[in-house]
Amino acid sequence: MDYFLTEEQQMIRDLARQIAQEKIVPVRAELDEKEEFPWEIMKVLAESDMCGLYIPEVYGGMGGGCFELCLATEEISRACGGVAVCYAASGLGTYPILLFGNEAQKQKYLPDIASGKKLAAFGLTESEAGSDAGGIQTTAVADGDHYVLNGTKQWITNGGEADTYTVVAMTDKVKGSRGASTFIVEKGWEGFSFGKKEKKMGIRCSSTTELIFRNCRVPKENLLAREGMGFIVAMKTLDCTRPGIGAQAVGIAQGALDEALSYARRRVQFGKPISSFQAIQHMLADMATQIEAARALVYATARHVDSGARNVSKVSAMCKLFAADMCMKVTTDAVQILGGYGYMREYPVEKMMRDAKITQIYEGTNQIQRNVIALQLIKESASK
Amino acid sequence: MKIIVCIKQVPATTQVKINPETNTLVREGVESIINPYDAYAIEEGVRLRERCGGTVTVLTMGPPQAETALREAISLGADEAVLLSDRAFAGSDTWATSYTLAQGIKKIGDFDLIVCGKQAIDGDTAQVGPGIAEFLDIPFVAYIRKIEEIDDSLLRVERLMDEGYEVIESKLPALITVVKEINEPRLPSLRGKLNAKKAEITSWNLKDLGVTEDSVGLPASPTKVVKIFTPPPRGSGETLTGSTPEIVDKLVAQLKQDRVV
Ligand SMILES: Cc1cc2nc3c(=O)[nH]c(=O)nc-3n(C[C@H](O)[C@H](O)[C@H](O)COP(=O)(O)OP(=O)(O)OC[C@H]3O[C@@H](n4cnc5c(N)ncnc54)[C@H](O)[C@@H]3O)c2cc1C
Repeated sequence: MDYFLTEEQQMIRDLARQIAQEKIVPVRAELDEKEEFPWEIMKVLAESDMCGLYIPEVYGGMGGGCFELCLATEEISRACGGVAVCYAASGLGTYPILLFGNEAQKQKYLPDIASGKKLAAFGLTESEAGSDAGGIQTTAVADGDHYVLNGTKQWITNGGEADTYTVVAMTDKVKGSRGASTFIVEKGWEGFSFGKKEKKMGIRCSSTTELIFRNCRVPKENLLAREGMGFIVAMKTLDCTRPGIGAQAVGIAQGALDEALSYARRRVQFGKPISSFQAIQHMLADMATQIEAARALVYATARHVDSGARNVSKVSAMCKLFAADMCMKVTTDAVQILGGYGYMREYPVEKMMRDAKITQIYEGTNQIQRNVIALQLIKESASK
Repeated sequence: MKIIVCIKQVPATTQVKINPETNTLVREGVESIINPYDAYAIEEGVRLRERCGGTVTVLTMGPPQAETALREAISLGADEAVLLSDRAFAGSDTWATSYTLAQGIKKIGDFDLIVCGKQAIDGDTAQVGPGIAEFLDIPFVAYIRKIEEIDDSLLRVERLMDEGYEVIESKLPALITVVKEINEPRLPSLRGKLNAKKAEITSWNLKDLGVTEDSVGLPASPTKVVKIFTPPPRGSGETLTGSTPEIVDKLVAQLKQDRVV
């Protein structure tokens, strides 16, 4: 379908597709098997100007937005959901600076991220605070020109690999969710270290680690926005990045459909290609329809976000929810179409189904997305 | 350092079809790409510029559509592009092509190094690079796998041989042709692609080059193609068995039968 992409957006999509085909497809199975961070590919993405798509040109980016990031994420995900999250999570770590950073912070941190020299990461989740992010225990106590951070973040994507971390910590526990603040923390600072690297079901080439703060002194100029704005920073960030998870889901699903379709035309049983069986045809038809619907919603939402619309939480949650559930269903059906071969590591759909699952969990589980949508619906209805 | 890279647009396949009547390559309906060896030449040119500063100018002779190849070269890092295009250039063999490219290079003017791919995958002659150097009367070294050193006046390169390599020094300006061992071409960048879209491609015709019609194209091409064919695949070898005297007898008999001795 024609989504009326500008010439530049088409270039982004085509170049991302070329990188995916030439550089990612040949190594994705090995990266998954070895749980190896895809630095080589990150370098290619950097050299191709893909790391600063959503960053303004004054900070060395390409001056696009959430939509451009989605286009690239989708194409990369079509080849490998794991590589895609390494790429996209840097955006998640950067959006707090983009949305709430002051001029000095932007000038200091954005150019290296835009050029791909450095990756970013976002640290909110803790062992006792997942869906209920308000329960975070990491503290930041003011001390002269610094804040002193203590606590442990859990399951942080790009942990250990990124150089720039945006981290949410409590500056005033008494105030509850109004007592959180967001800080920019650099890798290598004293008192900041990384815990073990998690072993995961899918997106296995990505790094997921703890961020451990032990009396880590963060200069006051690295506070983002104001004290107490921590959760607002986090929520507004997620509003902008959830379409990216939607794009990841659309890409993984598209990759699975590509595989299922070409396999169904090759595989002969009962003397005919299995693509001639209506049961298979209907599955393929449903997969393609669901993917297109999700893509349309993701693109529309990303454009809505980029238009500067004020309240995007509801649609942003919708596109992440719909695309992620679609992705799980489509990849499961792709495995079904490949039968026993689909269950084997030798064929890529097995990995795609494992990679798909995370899209229903991170950046807020799909249950939480439904909560966000429903709350907003009720609020809108009540205010009429 | 002023670098000129000569490229050719070729059909995007190694399964080149030949028109049996005209003995020429069938180009219709085949997607065009930059000759793969020329991609290494572009990459080496761009790397040299990144190392030593200067500019990379890509040059091609071809139909107006060859502009696509030049824009692609810009997306890969080249700074400027020149297209030599005129109906009069049609039917050029390697002699006429080298001559015309050399005239284009003279018109570009100043240069330190010319880089070409070792050969084009459609014609496979490997003659145009050296031919250009002859027409320009500058030194050339073919089959370069590495540039060891380069400065304002001197070039030291490794030339790939069947076994091993030679180290050769040359003064500049010079022409080199490169083999695929020399580098791994990068993918285009987004900024490169945007530049390529906007770039002004210089186009020169017969008049611009100031040469006569009979010095270019078919009239100036001494090569006469008698027949083009795919050589039969080499059969597998035969292993002789038996005691040494027996093998020697069999071998001599076979060589006599094949009229080798
Ligand atoms: C691979 C990976 C990478 C991650 N990367 C990052 C990262 O970079 N940065 C970061 O900050 N975090 C990251 N996370 C954390 C992720 O965002 C959380 O895992 C997620 O928000 C869910 O939290 P939880 O796992 O603690 O589940 P819980 O909150 O314990 O939820 C368990 C179950 O209960 C359900 N549930 C909980 N509350 C409700 C409710 N109110 N109503 C209905 N159902 C509910 C959930 O939907 C879920 O099904 C990552 C997680 C993973 C697995």
